[in-house]
Amino acid sequence: MKASVVVFPGSNCDRDAAVALEAAMGRPPAMVWHGDAELPKSDLIVLPGGFSYGDYLRSGAMAAHSPVMREVIKRAQAGTPVLGICNGFQVLTEAGLLPGVLMRNATLKFICKDVHLRVERTDTAFTRHYAKREVVRFPIAHKDGSYFADEATLDRLEGEGQVAFRYCETDGRITAAANPNGSRRNIAGVYNETRTVLGLMPHPERLADAALGGTDGIKMFLSLVETLN
Amino acid sequence: MTVAARAAKGAHSITDETVAEHGLNADEYRRLLKELGREPSLTELGIFSVMWSEHCSYKSSRLHLKKLPTTAPWVIQGPGENAGVIAIGDGLAVVFKMESHNHPSYIEPYQGAATGVGGILRDVFTMGARPIACLNALSFGDPKHPKTRHLVSGVVAGVGGYGNSFGVPTVGGSVRFHTRYDGNNLVNAMAVGLAETDKIFYAAASGVGMPIVYLGSKTGRDGIHGASMASAEFGEDSESKRPTVQVGDPFSEKLLLEACLEIMAKDCVIAIQDMGAAGLTCSAVEMGAKGDLGVRLDLDKVPTRETAMTAYEMMLSESQERMLMVLKPEKEKEAEDIFRKWGLDFAIVGETTPDKRFVVRHAGSEMANLPIKELGDEAPVYDRPHSASPRLPVIDPASIEPPMPHADALEKLLSSPDLCSKRWVWEQYDHLILGNTVQRPGGDAAVVRVKEGPKGLAMTTDVTPRYCEADPFEGGKQAVAETWRNLSAVGAKPLAVTDNLNFGNPERPEIMGQLVGCIQGIATACKALEFPVVSGNVSLYNETNGRAILPTPSIGGVGLIDDFTNSASIAFKAADELIVLLGETKGWMGQSMYLREICGREEGAPPPVDLSAERRTGDFVRALINEKVVTAVHDLSDGGLLVAIAEMALASGIGAKLYGPPAFLTEHGFWFGEDQARYVVTIKPAQADDLAVRAKAAGVPIRRIGVTHGAALTLPGERELLLNALRERHEGWLPAYMAGGAS
Amino acid sequence: MKARITITLKPGVLDPQGKAIAGALHALGFGQVGDVRQGKFIELDVTESDPKKAEAEIKRMCEQLLANTIIENYAYELEAA
Repeated sequence: MKASVVVFPGSNCDRDAAVALEAAMGRPPAMVWHGDAELPKSDLIVLPGGFSYGDYLRSGAMAAHSPVMREVIKRAQAGTPVLGICNGFQVLTEAGLLPGVLMRNATLKFICKDVHLRVERTDTAFTRHYAKREVVRFPIAHKDGSYFADEATLDRLEGEGQVAFRYCETDGRITAAANPNGSRRNIAGVYNETRTVLGLMPHPERLADAALGGTDGIKMFLSLVETLN
Repeated sequence: MTVAARAAKGAHSITDETVAEHGLNADEYRRLLKELGREPSLTELGIFSVMWSEHCSYKSSRLHLKKLPTTAPWVIQGPGENAGVIAIGDGLAVVFKMESHNHPSYIEPYQGAATGVGGILRDVFTMGARPIACLNALSFGDPKHPKTRHLVSGVVAGVGGYGNSFGVPTVGGSVRFHTRYDGNNLVNAMAVGLAETDKIFYAAASGVGMPIVYLGSKTGRDGIHGASMASAEFGEDSESKRPTVQVGDPFSEKLLLEACLEIMAKDCVIAIQDMGAAGLTCSAVEMGAKGDLGVRLDLDKVPTRETAMTAYEMMLSESQERMLMVLKPEKEKEAEDIFRKWGLDFAIVGETTPDKRFVVRHAGSEMANLPIKELGDEAPVYDRPHSASPRLPVIDPASIEPPMPHADALEKLLSSPDLCSKRWVWEQYDHLILGNTVQRPGGDAAVVRVKEGPKGLAMTTDVTPRYCEADPFEGGKQAVAETWRNLSAVGAKPLAVTDNLNFGNPERPEIMGQLVGCIQGIATACKALEFPVVSGNVSLYNETNGRAILPTPSIGGVGLIDDFTNSASIAFKAADELIVLLGETKGWMGQSMYLREICGREEGAPPPVDLSAERRTGDFVRALINEKVVTAVHDLSDGGLLVAIAEMALASGIGAKLYGPPAFLTEHGFWFGEDQARYVVTIKPAQADDLAVRAKAAGVPIRRIGVTHGAALTLPGERELLLNALRERHEGWLPAYMAGGAS
Repeated sequence: MKARITITLKPGVLDPQGKAIAGALHALGFGQVGDVRQGKFIELDVTESDPKKAEAEIKRMCEQLLANTIIENYAYELEAA
């Protein structure tokens, strides 16, 4: 399996993503500079977290127009799996590969803490290793993570099974208290229609090491390796 | 025409007012005239004024800073460079420093704090180290003061805003409140980076005729006279100083970091220095002076973002995110390509010369021609008069009548501004980015994994300003001792210190006395603990209308853990374990939090620091951690024993059943005394006898004080304290205060 | 030509920053303040001197980058430099 991690100016979780990918794949991914119009042959494309372009104008807005994104969009439309984490999720919505928009947190502040997520479906390339309705713990670290789409879009996402993860209590209940940023319907991550593109605000790559507090994240990368090999 | 010729023609009309506006006193100006041999141009006056400002020259403190121990077998670079460098084995070096950005943070809290973080990050990566962690020590005024909330909000947002965007985890620090910081809040920012020992880059230029290159963002009119502002007190008109605050761009700094590390890896760099206080002037002068070379600058080549900037403005601008480098001439194209790729400016703005002069040309004229050594390392040094602080009486614990039950006192202490949970602060910092954070904020020290391990780095910032006010010498010792204890408490061997000294007006003998006393205390402790100072910063004139801050010598410490999976933390790990107190307790009440918060008295001599006891106890605790004998460890400091135990319980959700104090101590002395050199550890009951024997052999006093148990704290004669209720008090104060509620 | 572009949230989109601003104004004694919506103001120079062509360019910039048309509206004014 070959993976590519796109590096935008200001991306700063590209290294973390590469480490998690290497641990799961057994080989390092290709690091692709945003300015390259070419993308190597890839079974998986990852848009990492960070502050591309300083989050200036809108998070992910300028990165979505990088030369390399033209190729990423083409590949995504042709079925190549794409994973967007945090800023990567923001880039995917700005690029039109995922519906909705990520807005300023309801608290108006940056938040870094662990949250619990309910895995809504386990039949995708990203979540095969999780159990149905499993509750996992991932860290979040963002200022613009409040997922928004109009009611019609949200209903469609629910109906089509495109909601990937929801913020929840430790026992899986979906409550306002468990929602760290005001995301509509506690949505933490969404799929596209074919469920080959996933965007999520929490960071699976930061919980991929038992020595550093947990391995809930590594299961996502293992699912991908298993599906794509 | 040269500057000298214009001077001879009387072209420079420097008045006394102009000199005073530039922050130079009459003596200093006389000295300038003597060294120059003529009147200076305005540009030259500007250059002298910033180079000889307190902030850049350390003229009031240099004499005393010489007393600090700065060497050890593991020290690669001590004070004098952009940051300190220590070796940690395996060809790796840790580069670190703490710096203040106080005055700007009062005027514009967000940008003042943000640019403080930006500046310290540059000091670290200019030496070739990739930053891996930041910490910051913040001091604010009385919560009831009308400006405090606004300052807290802005400073915390600024620290987070810059660090998070740049992409470095902010893993620790401290926050304190006291009325003496009302008009002078402090922001002390520390950065730690990792480099290879044989790839460290220094500031001293070498080689004649080498190109001097400007890197990074364009120059504007930001911060002109920032260095002079940092060297002056605030008066009534500080609001109007707003234009002097620079705006930080963490995105540009991230690009600058990557570009610099790339040119360093491609071996393009002879010398490199970041442009911080006093911008282009300070970096260019220091590069030349350190290398015993002259520097010639051509300001026409400086990338500017404003039109019609004068030489004066370009030399004094403090625009952020810029570096100055001496380039290997054969690498010019390679280096320039790298900077263009990252979208940054790259311009050759001068060259090194053999004549030890600092020459600045602009628009066809010579604007400055100065002796470089006199500007740089031969700035004035003062031996300012200093008076000792009056000795304060030792407070006998028996003389204190506890005004409330101990359970109530504990609740009050845990919800007080200084001791409450600072989660509201550190959840605004990304403390997990880079995926190496082993211990998150809230413990004794932050622990970060070094690359893939097994080594770990521990880091912390400490100082107890009220102790320093009461007795500068003991307070200085204590700041170092507590830093050393916090590192030992997580299992790290303390390696080195960065000191950020914040004081009032040094022209007042009593303030100068505080500075001298604290430095003496720091030096004594660092020597005794083999804990050298490798970098630091001094911030003076932190006072408003004659009222100075508490003397605040912040100490930043770094230590090494051989196996990061074996670091110790404060949370109780299981019920039915023994809680053991190590170290001697006399029930010290003077300058304690109990005396201040519960009895309303800020009095008495502070707790004395016995450095050999600190060493003995700390080494003992570290050995226990290395051998996996202890399950939880916490050092004792503000609030004493009961606060420490409460913190261990709250971190875990496991309570404690505590035994009473020994008969020869008062209860309040036992529970709340702030005797130094003490730790609380937990062990499995089977280890108890063995531990007692070992402690005796090591000369460490030991006492069993309770067992971990249930979900509440119980002490004899007091109501039970349910942890859930205690947690609400501990976690609740700061968010409620910031939302506009509690004061 | 100089373009002055205002970008605002579409009605119905929650604006927590606007809400916080309203609260702060009330706390300062400006009780008559009702709803507050905040947005962005961008000023830029274009070399195009034909007003129709410049307008078309500005519109494209807004659609493609400056505004996220899912949640934002934009308005602009053009004047000769």
